[in-house]
Amino acid sequence: MISPDPQAAFRELKFRDPVRARAMVEALGRITGGIGRPRVSLMHVCGSHEQAIAKYGLRTSFPAALRVIMGPGCPVCVTDAREVDEGVALALQGVHIATYGDMLRVPGSAMSLADAQADGAQVHVIYSAGQAVELAERLKEPVVFFATGFETTAVATAAIVLKGLPENLSILSAHKFIPPAMDVVAATPGLAVEGFLAAGHAATITGWGVFEAFVERHRLPVVVAGFEPLDILAGLVRLLELVRDGTPAVANMYPRCVTRAGNLRAQDALWKVFEPSGGRWRGIADVPGGNLALRGPFAGLDARARFAIDVTPLARRAPPVLAGSCLCGSIMTGIASPTDCPLFGGACTPDHPVGACMVSTEGTCRIWHQYGGHPDLGGLA
Amino acid sequence: MSRGVEDRIGLKHGAGGRAMRALIEQVCLPGLAGGAAGGGIGLAAMDDGAAIPVGDRWLVVTTDSHVVHPIFFPGGDIGRLAISGTVNDLAVMGATEVTALTCALIIEEGFPRADLERVYASIRAACEEAGARVVTGDTKVMGRGEIDGLVLNTAGVGFCDRPVPDSGLAPDDVLIVTGTIGDHGMAIMAARHALSLEGDLRSDVAPVNGVVRAALRAGGGGVVAMKDPTRGGLSSALHEMAQKSNVGILIEESAVPVRPDVRGASDLLGIDPLVMACEGKAVIGVRAHAAGAVLDAIRAHPLGRDAAPIGRCIAGHAGAVILDTGFGRRILAESDGEPLPRIC
Repeated sequence: MISPDPQAAFRELKFRDPVRARAMVEALGRITGGIGRPRVSLMHVCGSHEQAIAKYGLRTSFPAALRVIMGPGCPVCVTDAREVDEGVALALQGVHIATYGDMLRVPGSAMSLADAQADGAQVHVIYSAGQAVELAERLKEPVVFFATGFETTAVATAAIVLKGLPENLSILSAHKFIPPAMDVVAATPGLAVEGFLAAGHAATITGWGVFEAFVERHRLPVVVAGFEPLDILAGLVRLLELVRDGTPAVANMYPRCVTRAGNLRAQDALWKVFEPSGGRWRGIADVPGGNLALRGPFAGLDARARFAIDVTPLARRAPPVLAGSCLCGSIMTGIASPTDCPLFGGACTPDHPVGACMVSTEGTCRIWHQYGGHPDLGGLA
Repeated sequence: MSRGVEDRIGLKHGAGGRAMRALIEQVCLPGLAGGAAGGGIGLAAMDDGAAIPVGDRWLVVTTDSHVVHPIFFPGGDIGRLAISGTVNDLAVMGATEVTALTCALIIEEGFPRADLERVYASIRAACEEAGARVVTGDTKVMGRGEIDGLVLNTAGVGFCDRPVPDSGLAPDDVLIVTGTIGDHGMAIMAARHALSLEGDLRSDVAPVNGVVRAALRAGGGGVVAMKDPTRGGLSSALHEMAQKSNVGILIEESAVPVRPDVRGASDLLGIDPLVMACEGKAVIGVRAHAAGAVLDAIRAHPLGRDAAPIGRCIAGHAGAVILDTGFGRRILAESDGEPLPRIC
């Protein structure tokens, strides 16, 4: 029985109060006006932030000079084509693949896991890392857990590894670590992002302290924010204040969940099992330290060590024709918006996705499509 | 860009959204879209039913097939759904007095007789509520596995002095819903997936001809458009009305009545109550001057106590539905397929 906590419902309502929202929207206008530049660009790096911004239509309330763009905040979207190829190659070899549902239709170089499934491969959708263990115990045949997601889901993968995997289960890690990607985006020429809104749920694990080094390096402010409309508005108000005052600092606007140190037990599990490694993020290029690879003591559980994975036949196949026009890469770095893409909503829809951003429920294109396609309602706003 | 219908029919082609409309337009309409006899409302209008001029009155005709899982659900069953669905289609065309209904059965071999008797008991009860009678029917039995349990098809006819299309909206018209939305869809979803949700999730399935009659009496010619928000929910109904009327519709999200249990479940499942089916509600477009009287009349009816004005029509953004969330505004996307197939 799922029993909604009445206190939780009350707390939630408190963070959906339109009267307080209006006061914050006014503050956004006032501070942006005070900054006085024709454009102030802020970036968030989380699909859940984009979901809330789009769902509540917040962009129509922002001052015209304020641009809030989504960066590389969708773990499914940034999974590189080569990583998908590895999963597809394993699946085509006859290995059972267990992965999260969003991964099925993410395009590889030539095909997706769903395509492999249509060709007879065994691909199983799971909802938690624990289900990969259950699947392996049930099947008794080789199972590879194609593990994707940011540091939040990586902790769940670490937990099953530390508990001990069945012998027939191995891990193909495509886990990503967000802070290094923020470094890359902050250094992207021409992007002119003046501050970052960081994801509250990831910071629950890492702690907000993880962003202090970033602020030192880039002299850009970071504000940790939650996911209710008032959380986001309050986060943006604080971020704009820091931009206005020229104060590169970390502010925590999600103190009901996030501390400076974070969840130490989760961090302990995460870093016991994984280590940062370099690697490609789709659309962003190499992100030093942005991938999470299994550490030495767990190398025997690494699918890349256990199987010979040959992706060259896949990489050699011609990519789908439309893929050439897909703007996912630019959208994920915040350079382009979904509506800039010639395929958006026409040749590329959730039913027939061309790019990864239209596949995942965390992807910018999918979110914009779900909430009406365009955030700008012109004179109506 | 409108996409061609695929080679094989998918569940989304029956879900009441864009895909279903594309299927009907591309496969069903060609050669049959000549309109109704005598310049009435025919197939091409893709309204809730047809309206044919007969003397100085109008004959309204509609038909519906019903497949629902489970057959018995909290708040109703397939029998009540079949009668209500057909009565409601007639009512939102303006025919609130039901002249006659038909009811045809297709039964799977092995279906329990006791269940069929239960379904018929609720067919009789719903007819009584609606002031309707079933006057003819048909019975077929198919082999085990050739059909899933029980399928009902109903048709209805009724007369009215003035058919109300779903295309009659103009800027400044007010939109009223006759009660809470999403109840049916959420009850079916919870029952089908055995979701253990606290609270009382019950279908709203009911004949709405009484409450629609009250609205028409109070508003007269000021009632300009009506629709019952079944598959695809309030969202699909509003999109159809906006597109066919060539107006924009601006909805205040906080004004849309949603029962707390439904809101809680939809928050939990991440499904917008605006796309969940209703089976006992109507969306009524009213000229602004008549809105107060119509709303009072609806609220005075037992099935209309939760009625509310939810928005208005605007000249801009023709064909689009815009949602004011209280925090900002966004376009309400038209659903393409449904979170769940086969709920009515």
